[in-house]
Amino acid sequence: MGMTMAEKILARHSGNSSVRPGDIVVCEVDKIIQIDLVFSASAEMPKRIADPSKVAIILDHAIPAPTIGDAEGQRIAREFARRFGIEKFFDVGRHGICHQVILENGLALPGQILTCTDSHTCASGAFNCVARGMGPLEMLQIMCTGKTWYQVVPTVRFDLSGKKPSNVFGKDIFLHMAGLAGSLEGRNIEFGGPGVTELSLDDRATLATMSAELSAEFTTFPADERVVEHLRSVTDEPFEPAESDRDAEYSAVYEIDLSRMRPYVARPDFIPHNTLPVAELNERVPIDQAFVGSCANGKLEDLRIAAQIVRGRTIAPGVRFIVTPASQRVLKEAVRRGYVETLLDAGAVVTNSTCGACYGGHMGVLGPNEVCITSSTRNFKGRMGNPSARIYMGSSATVAASAIAGHITDPTPFIGDRS
Amino acid sequence: MNSAKTLIAEGRVWMFAEDNLNTDLMMPQTVFAKPLEIQLRSVFATYRPGWVDEVRPGDVIIGGRNFGTGSSRPASLLLKRLGVSALVAETINGLFYRNCVNYALPALECAGIRDFAREGDEIRVNFVTGRIENLARNDAIEVAPMPEFLRAIIQAGGIRERLKAEGYL
Ligand code: SF4
Repeated sequence: MGMTMAEKILARHSGNSSVRPGDIVVCEVDKIIQIDLVFSASAEMPKRIADPSKVAIILDHAIPAPTIGDAEGQRIAREFARRFGIEKFFDVGRHGICHQVILENGLALPGQILTCTDSHTCASGAFNCVARGMGPLEMLQIMCTGKTWYQVVPTVRFDLSGKKPSNVFGKDIFLHMAGLAGSLEGRNIEFGGPGVTELSLDDRATLATMSAELSAEFTTFPADERVVEHLRSVTDEPFEPAESDRDAEYSAVYEIDLSRMRPYVARPDFIPHNTLPVAELNERVPIDQAFVGSCANGKLEDLRIAAQIVRGRTIAPGVRFIVTPASQRVLKEAVRRGYVETLLDAGAVVTNSTCGACYGGHMGVLGPNEVCITSSTRNFKGRMGNPSARIYMGSSATVAASAIAGHITDPTPFIGDRS
Repeated sequence: MNSAKTLIAEGRVWMFAEDNLNTDLMMPQTVFAKPLEIQLRSVFATYRPGWVDEVRPGDVIIGGRNFGTGSSRPASLLLKRLGVSALVAETINGLFYRNCVNYALPALECAGIRDFAREGDEIRVNFVTGRIENLARNDAIEVAPMPEFLRAIIQAGGIRERLKAEGYL
């Protein structure tokens, strides 16, 4: 019986010739990513760690430190990096949201296993890497022993074909998938088919990142030429991609024709089976805040389309439009290309790169009963601030168009033939 | 710790049977840096105010589908500290399940559990055999037991105890 990408990677790392759903395997972990939030005065520190070269520390959730507690945690992180000789340390200035920094710097490689405490760690699946979020204690265990266990689960395959229209982005494809398949807890997601190569790396990363909202275990994409070319430009580390076998077994297969996709929106509180095309949102939803950002959609492509949409226009009165780049590198490039100036001219606030508003931490927290349209990752009650706030979700294009309109709207007329 | 006992839970049922109950409800972001006592008071505080005063050691939580979806925060540790002895849910979110194992809170998936027991029923859950008995209604069902590999982590008291025993902490 053939294996899926995830099954192959788990088999290789556990010294098995094959694995099947239901198996529990103990695997060597290739990359261990620690974020700022795991370091605090009360957090336990190990006496020794297995291999410092496999560990990277990325400060992202609360930087530069908004509170004294955060500042203290980050001081401890610096001390930790020094003490254990951790060279891959992304301190303030080289920072960015961990998943973006991982992809930009080639920390996640095809065929590898990566772990991090953030629940959107599946983002690295965009590069054919088996990656998932873990609790802080389990991360400590992996740092110490270099290993952990995985239970092999069935895989759901999404076969992509066609080419997406210019008003459609990774987020729209994901929201469509969430309406189609619903929650996929206890299952892996695998993307394949000729449509994959049509997608930009940013769109693939959005899809992989957002899979966390379907509660999937691992999400994997094949490592095509575009992935390999990018990685070869940033790292010398060798890697071995895992392709799925032709006779791999899937618990379900969905066919998605990208050319038929439309801009989508999720209603507040959860995503599975809670999404619809923006054009079919019958009620008029006025907004208080529009947010473009997060590991899923604070990418250069997001800032580009947001700038394109607001160029020469003004943010609606009473609306705050907050744009948070996914990394310092994205911010720098967006400044260089003039996106930031265009956004500022329209009345947007462009912040430092951080998790910030995405988790209701800082720089864009919602007040009671406010309504927000976001292109970030999660729309749970209370996620971005007060639990009475209502969080809708769409692509960065939908968010930018809504910021101009003052209510949630289809971005298509705002994109037009502008480029 | 009596290891056989940790793998057979017996207690009163609390129904948290809604689908997709998330970790933000069990451990809001606002208590991350707070002392344990305050963290414990925050568990389901907005979802079910007053529950933390009613839950007793040994009680069992019955959950719906995708129980514990959300972030990696150690919400299962808080449930354990409140005295919860077991979680049985229609399905359990993967990340939450890992945290249950790691913090030594035994957990099982059981399709149909929502209709098998009512709040306040006395139930017994055997994680070794997968047999779940409703003592109040004299009824039983069987599901796949907790895999032995994971039971061993729970019997060791969770991975923190293991790391300590192995000299890492
Ligand atoms: S941007 Fe949001 S989802 Fe992404 S890592 Fe930060 S908090 Fe998590």
